[in-house]
Amino acid sequence: MTDKLIDIRGVKKRYGAVDAVNGVDLTIGAGELFGLIGHNGAGKTTLFKMMLGLLPASAGEIRIGGQAVRGTAFREVRRSIGYLPESLALYDNLSGLETLHFFARLKGVDRSTCPALLDRVGLASAADQRVRNYSKGMRQRLGFAQALLGSPRLLFLDEPTNGLDPQGILEFYRILAELRQGGVTVVLTSHILAEIQQRVDRLALMRNGRIQALGTVQALRQSQDLPLTLRVSFRPGDDKLLMTTLAPLNIGPIEAIDGIARFACPRQKKMALLAALTAAGTTIRDIDIHEPSLEDVFLGYAEATP
Amino acid sequence: MSGIEFGQIGVIAGKEFRDRLRNRWVLAVAGVFTIFALVIAYFGAAQQGAVGWRSIDVTIASLVSLVIYLVPLIALILGYDAIVAERERGSLDLLLSMPITRFEVLLGKFTGLAGALGVATVAGFGLAGVLLFYQLGSAALFHYGGFVLSAFLLSLCFLSLAVMVSVLAEDRMRASGIAIALWFFYVLVYDLLLLGLLVISEGKLNLIFFPVLLMLNPADIFRILNIFGFEDVQRLYGLATVFPETLANPWLLGSAMVFWIIAPLGIAAWRFK
Repeated sequence: MTDKLIDIRGVKKRYGAVDAVNGVDLTIGAGELFGLIGHNGAGKTTLFKMMLGLLPASAGEIRIGGQAVRGTAFREVRRSIGYLPESLALYDNLSGLETLHFFARLKGVDRSTCPALLDRVGLASAADQRVRNYSKGMRQRLGFAQALLGSPRLLFLDEPTNGLDPQGILEFYRILAELRQGGVTVVLTSHILAEIQQRVDRLALMRNGRIQALGTVQALRQSQDLPLTLRVSFRPGDDKLLMTTLAPLNIGPIEAIDGIARFACPRQKKMALLAALTAAGTTIRDIDIHEPSLEDVFLGYAEATP
Repeated sequence: MSGIEFGQIGVIAGKEFRDRLRNRWVLAVAGVFTIFALVIAYFGAAQQGAVGWRSIDVTIASLVSLVIYLVPLIALILGYDAIVAERERGSLDLLLSMPITRFEVLLGKFTGLAGALGVATVAGFGLAGVLLFYQLGSAALFHYGGFVLSAFLLSLCFLSLAVMVSVLAEDRMRASGIAIALWFFYVLVYDLLLLGLLVISEGKLNLIFFPVLLMLNPADIFRILNIFGFEDVQRLYGLATVFPETLANPWLLGSAMVFWIIAPLGIAAWRFK
């Protein structure tokens, strides 16, 4: 991790008797792509809002770029922050271009950059359409363009791919990759864990207002010690041979149908398993090994902590 | 940097103002003011068996009644959801994530809406004023200008109350209910309460409390401000008997209206913070 850009210490947020965020300590480095995941109500959005200074913390402190987010000097830091909220609400009576002009004025950004931004998110042809006529995906793209105003050094993206079609999601992550090459720090949340598992540098798994796990996807996988998933293609009719080959490894239930076997294998037995399958000779046609997905990790942590 | 950035207030105000121009709110309200002003100026004395253009004091007295009903209602309708609608829609978070303070957002909203009210008031009553100028001469225009200015001040008082409601209310529905209740209270109920108080006290409250109680209602301040300059109208309203002439200073009354603009806005700023 490079220089820390976001520094969160002992932050709590209490609503009456409910602790929405309960003692979060976290640092995020400059240039990182950081993911925040968790179930609904885990405290992700509350933490996001506190990081932006939209909500006061009940306890603890948050600093971005060395400035306290609730301090008066944070106004200047805000000029270099882009934010895409989870429940994006724009002004229906404005066109896409007028929307960007409005936010550009507030951010002190040259308005002449707005058409290029709309083009970047694929909305150039709809620039003069009223937002009320935009689809959900188009609104999300416009919200993303708004977040990119003024070439921010830090982006907070809360469920950024909400409402985007598959093409839009790919396009979004392509732009995100470009931004990262430019050194932009990104903090994002997503319910679609498969989307972010290949892209984030580190992530925090939130549960009941706390950070339950923190690290790279690989580190979290290893900490859970989840088994690998294998899909072995073999010559039809050789089911018994396959079972005999795998039996000494004692790897648990194997589901074999029409020449395809699926089973889980503890990471420690991977090499022994591969050696056994290789020894089985021509009956084995193909082997796919899958790492546990982020969803598996997520569920693993959920089961570990009731 | 900790001071107020007026540029940010201007951005919010500009958007609010343009929104009202674009959805023809300003045009509609100006039209309503023009039509009502002309109709009342011409037919205002019909009950006395006469129609036509009359003296400026009688015309203004008729228009005062119109403004007291209409302007507070329009201002309350305009401002009651200024903040609560943004909060309810979810756009407030995005707005506040910009380099702008809550106070600047509030002041920007108020300024923009005040601008829309101002243009509608000046354009609406101004058109009627042009006609009155031709009918009643330039001397009438001075009094009429004062009336328009005080009508604008009255609209700002109720706009300020509306913006306060928009900050305090939990949702738009409640905000609209409170706004309507405020209109009923200040425009319809308050004077009846005072009248009842006078009757109960058998007139003893008159000289001590009554002027103060009148000052607690911006609609009454507006009324006093506009009718104390004309003896005929004073007699018509019978106000001179309950309001001492020494307090009927236009600057004092104007300051009281300014207080009514600042105070609710101050409460709104404090709560919104």
